[in-house]
Amino acid sequence: MTATLEVRDLRTHFFTRAGIVKAVDGVSFTVERGKVLGLVGESGSGKSVTGFSIIGLVDPPGRVTGGQILFKGRDLASASEEEMRRLRGNRIAMIFQDPMMTLNPVLRVDTQMIETVQAHQKVDRETARQRARDTLGMVGIPSPDERLKSYPHQFSGGMRQRVAIAIALLHKPDLIIADEPTTALDVTIQGQILAEVQKLAAQTGTSLIWITHDLSVVAGLADDVAVMYAGRVVEDGPVSQVLDAPLHPYTVGLIGSVPSRNKRGEKLRQIPGMTPSLLSLPPGCAFQSRCARADAACRQDPDLFALREGQRARCFHPHLEAIPA
Amino acid sequence: MSDVTASGAPVAEPKVETPFRRFVSEFFASKTATLGLVVFTIIALLAILAPWIAPQNPYDLAQLDIMDGRLEPGAVGGSGITHWLGTDDQGRDMLSGIIYGLRISLLVGAGSALIACLVGASLGLLAAYAGGRTDSVIMRVVDLQLSFPTILAALMILAFLGKGILNVVIALVIVEWAYYARTVRGSALVERNKEYIEAARCLALPTRRILFGHLFPNCLPPLIVVGTMQVARAIALEATLSFLGLGVPITEPSLGLLIANGFEYMLSGKYWISFYPGIALLVTIVSINLVGDHLRDVLNPRLKK
Amino acid sequence: MTVYLLRRILQSFMVLVAMSIIVFVGVYAVGDPVEILISPDADQLERERAIRALGLDLPLWEQYLVFVQRALQGDLGRSFVFNEPALQIILQRMPATLELAFGSMFLSILIGLPLGLYAGLKPDSVASKTIMAGSILGFSLPTFWVGLMLIMVFAVQLGWLPSTGRGETATLFGLQWSFLTANGLAHILMPAFNLALFKISLVIRLTRAGVRETMLMDYVKFARAKGLSQNRVIFVHVFKNILIPVVTVVGLELGSTIAFSVVTESVFAWPGMGKLIIDSINVLDRPVIVAYLMIIVLMFIVINLVVDILYSVLDPRVRLEAKA
Repeated sequence: MTATLEVRDLRTHFFTRAGIVKAVDGVSFTVERGKVLGLVGESGSGKSVTGFSIIGLVDPPGRVTGGQILFKGRDLASASEEEMRRLRGNRIAMIFQDPMMTLNPVLRVDTQMIETVQAHQKVDRETARQRARDTLGMVGIPSPDERLKSYPHQFSGGMRQRVAIAIALLHKPDLIIADEPTTALDVTIQGQILAEVQKLAAQTGTSLIWITHDLSVVAGLADDVAVMYAGRVVEDGPVSQVLDAPLHPYTVGLIGSVPSRNKRGEKLRQIPGMTPSLLSLPPGCAFQSRCARADAACRQDPDLFALREGQRARCFHPHLEAIPA
Repeated sequence: MSDVTASGAPVAEPKVETPFRRFVSEFFASKTATLGLVVFTIIALLAILAPWIAPQNPYDLAQLDIMDGRLEPGAVGGSGITHWLGTDDQGRDMLSGIIYGLRISLLVGAGSALIACLVGASLGLLAAYAGGRTDSVIMRVVDLQLSFPTILAALMILAFLGKGILNVVIALVIVEWAYYARTVRGSALVERNKEYIEAARCLALPTRRILFGHLFPNCLPPLIVVGTMQVARAIALEATLSFLGLGVPITEPSLGLLIANGFEYMLSGKYWISFYPGIALLVTIVSINLVGDHLRDVLNPRLKK
Repeated sequence: MTVYLLRRILQSFMVLVAMSIIVFVGVYAVGDPVEILISPDADQLERERAIRALGLDLPLWEQYLVFVQRALQGDLGRSFVFNEPALQIILQRMPATLELAFGSMFLSILIGLPLGLYAGLKPDSVASKTIMAGSILGFSLPTFWVGLMLIMVFAVQLGWLPSTGRGETATLFGLQWSFLTANGLAHILMPAFNLALFKISLVIRLTRAGVRETMLMDYVKFARAKGLSQNRVIFVHVFKNILIPVVTVVGLELGSTIAFSVVTESVFAWPGMGKLIIDSINVLDRPVIVAYLMIIVLMFIVINLVVDILYSVLDPRVRLEAKA
């Protein structure tokens, strides 16, 4: 059986006046049916652009310049705009980061849901409304009939994100790309939404790409994880393996900078320096300027080496030894 | 940047990068703005040198011959002058009429803008510096003034005062001062809270000196931009008022009045009496706007990166 | 909402009082009231009788009260020229002006919105740059000059459109309207376009800025992520957000459109209030001038008030804030 999504060597570049920004530069990963992939990285690592590339919504001056995006075997990188439109919101849905900004402030919630139904299916308004109401109920919005007639500003942030999730679920898609959907929410709401999404995805057999900078979210949710840095995947593998025994110094740094109860009293470690500008990346490993293990070998480009069963890292000096707890 | 050197701007070797030098080189970097400035300079020179340039003194009735009335452009009149732009119904050479009309238009436009600038800038400074009740009273009046269309306010004032160059200037000043006041107050408010004003106050400098010696120079850039645009607006408004017969007297016609005079003949195909003064007006206004538009880009620190 | 409404009405009332004082002082103090209010043809005896009748021997503040009292009863004096109540003359001319003003507002939306939308969606195309350059001209060219050029080209040279007057009119609701007959439509086209020039430029700029801003919003991207067609995204999601500010601004412009119709009406000999006021100023028919000024000030204040209220009704966000 083909995977829901297989991304091969994806390249998305932005052609700015200052030069070419290689926001995504050779990214590959696979999402099996019903599985959750956590796409982790700092802001600017290219994880959101990867998401937008898959759904075909990269804004100019950016565009997908290479690679394949195989969605159930069909390459989306070469699909027509109309074909993409028919897939978007239907087979592939997306949830955005800031729920306060994703719903149109001047349109009622029912309008925004019904139009989504009718964009992909020839049904009358009443049927569409029915579906909208049922889906709102499904994501845990009380009295959906009344809420349908409301404007977005009458909802709280968490409720709006539930509406956005409901819109994503309207057509029971094969794949949902969630771009940091809980970052802007309170921690308690975050937990609720995570649990909700996990449940719904399991019920409908939907695959998920969960884009986040928060490793603790990935830990509880994802099956696999891919860590991105400067437009590339630097480490990937099953989530338990990567989080328990990270190989790449960057992943090690990321995990080290997560505050956790086990390390009370211990100083939080942090990654020194800043994300390098994508405009002027030095040759070789992009992480070398911030890496304690970097040496002359790192001036060469490392490949994604398969170092353990199912776990790969783009590093010449991976943490193959045990990490001090 | 090749057009910078071509236009002869003093940027040959910017050894010291003074703000003024940078301003000049940035200004002349725009071809359209340079063109606007050149055209406007020519127009201003024409207006200033009118008595020596114009083929005829259009105000001197003795030089006019009614027999030369409504001659077509290029025709030679009885006095032997070639009327390149034709003549009006009085036999007045249109070219001379336009050059002298430019004088009136520019005088009224620039004059009223200057006075309005003085009045408005002073009140705006005062509002920003004094704050409190003075500020709110002045700004209320400004808001009220700006909420009414200029043409209506000018109409009202001229209805009370009657025609005449001086009254037009008064009307334009009353209509325009509020723009300056708002601009100056805005930038003065920002400047007021800066440390150097604090320092000047601690030195117990007289208020007048703080206002005009310290605060005012820093409000100049936005004022120059507004001022340039307002000159164009004043010229257009004066032309409109004169066209409506409420502006300058018939004895010393501005461009607007020249256009109005030719209006009735235009319907019978004698287009030139209205058309050429109109073109002169158009070129004047557009050239000032080109300069002003670019000045705004150059002087606006927010747009600078 | 009620408090907001009351406060807004009170504000408007204050402005009206302030303006009435200005007009009053303008007429009674700056000019010579005897000359202004009494026909120049009157003899000495009539003058003195009129001075007493008009209360010009009273102190200024008392005169103001009398002026207000009469104004409230709809008495703004009698026209010297027409020998009819000034108010009545103005009200007779008002429909023509309103027709022209609404016609120009309609045109400004009809022309400005599509051009602005195009310029906003394709900001780098040659056509967009031409549109924007044109809008700068629309802002800076004097209306009367453009009007003359229109007449010269379309009436004199080409002979396509009539140059002056309202043309044939038809009756609707007891008033005469030009736009109901083909001939009348031909007459209103040029003046309405002329009066609309400034607003077309305004609408183009507002729409363009709005489109460019809105296109970057997350909700537009989300709308596209939902699989909506490009047309639905632009004409529903983007358009509805732009429409509110654009309509508000155009509505706010009604007052100034009526004021600026003075110029257009004079150029095209359109028999409305604007032409009346210019004629009146030229023959010193001062009661008509005073009446015109008071009416237009009142209109202005009412329009601003109505637009403010409409705005809060149209935009759900403002509505909620007012409630809270």
